[in-house]
Amino acid sequence: MEVRNYETVFILTPVLNESQVQETVEKFSQVLKENSADIINTEAWGLKKLAYPIQKKSTGYYFLVEFTGAGNIVDTLELAFRRDERVIRFLTTVLDKHAVSYNQRRRNGEMNQQKTKKESEAVAQ
Amino acid sequence: MSLANEKIHKQDTRTKYCRFKKAGIKYVDYKDPNFLLKFVNEQGRILPRRITGTSLKFQRKVAQAVAKARHLALMPYVTDSLK
Repeated sequence: MEVRNYETVFILTPVLNESQVQETVEKFSQVLKENSADIINTEAWGLKKLAYPIQKKSTGYYFLVEFTGAGNIVDTLELAFRRDERVIRFLTTVLDKHAVSYNQRRRNGEMNQQKTKKESEAVAQ
Repeated sequence: MSLANEKIHKQDTRTKYCRFKKAGIKYVDYKDPNFLLKFVNEQGRILPRRITGTSLKFQRKVAQAVAKARHLALMPYVTDSLK
C-alpha cells in the first residue's frame, strides 16, 4: 500500500477531566503506532466553543494529529473513534503536496510572521 | 455619437480578481474559520463566485473547506448575524 499524508481532527466531550483527556489522546496515538503510522505532529487546541451543539454539548476538546501511513490505517482509526463514546466528532483528510507544505509552514509559525509583516507594512503606510 | 451602449455606473465597475491566484495561495485550510468567514454571508451561506471573484478552481476548494469546517463545528451551518 502506498504511504500517504493524513491529518485528523477530533473533538472530545467536555465532561472529561484532564487526565481522562490525556488518556484518550494517548489511546488514539497508540492505535496509530500499532498500525505502523508515523505521527508527525499533534496539537491540542484545548476547550473550544462549538459553532452548534453536538450531542447537547456546546464545547469540546479539539485535537489535531498529522501522520503518514498506508490507507488501511484510516479505517482502523475511525473505527476506534466510533467505538469510543468520548469522541463526539472526527474528520480525517488526505493531504496533497500543497497541504503538506502549508502544514509545515504552519508548524514553523510562518503564518503569523506573514501577518505581522502585513501589519508592519500597514503601519508603515 | 457612437452607437455602443455606454456603461451606466462607470464608477461601480471594478475588475474582479481571484484572491488566491493573486496572492499565490495553493491550499485552502479548513482549520482557519476566520479566513473562511470572508467567503460566507451573515447567515453562514457560501457566497457565489460572481460576488467574491474567486476562480472556479478555488471556489470548489473553498466550498470543500467550508463543508469540513462546518462538520467540525468550527463554523455554523445556519445562523443569524455571523459577522
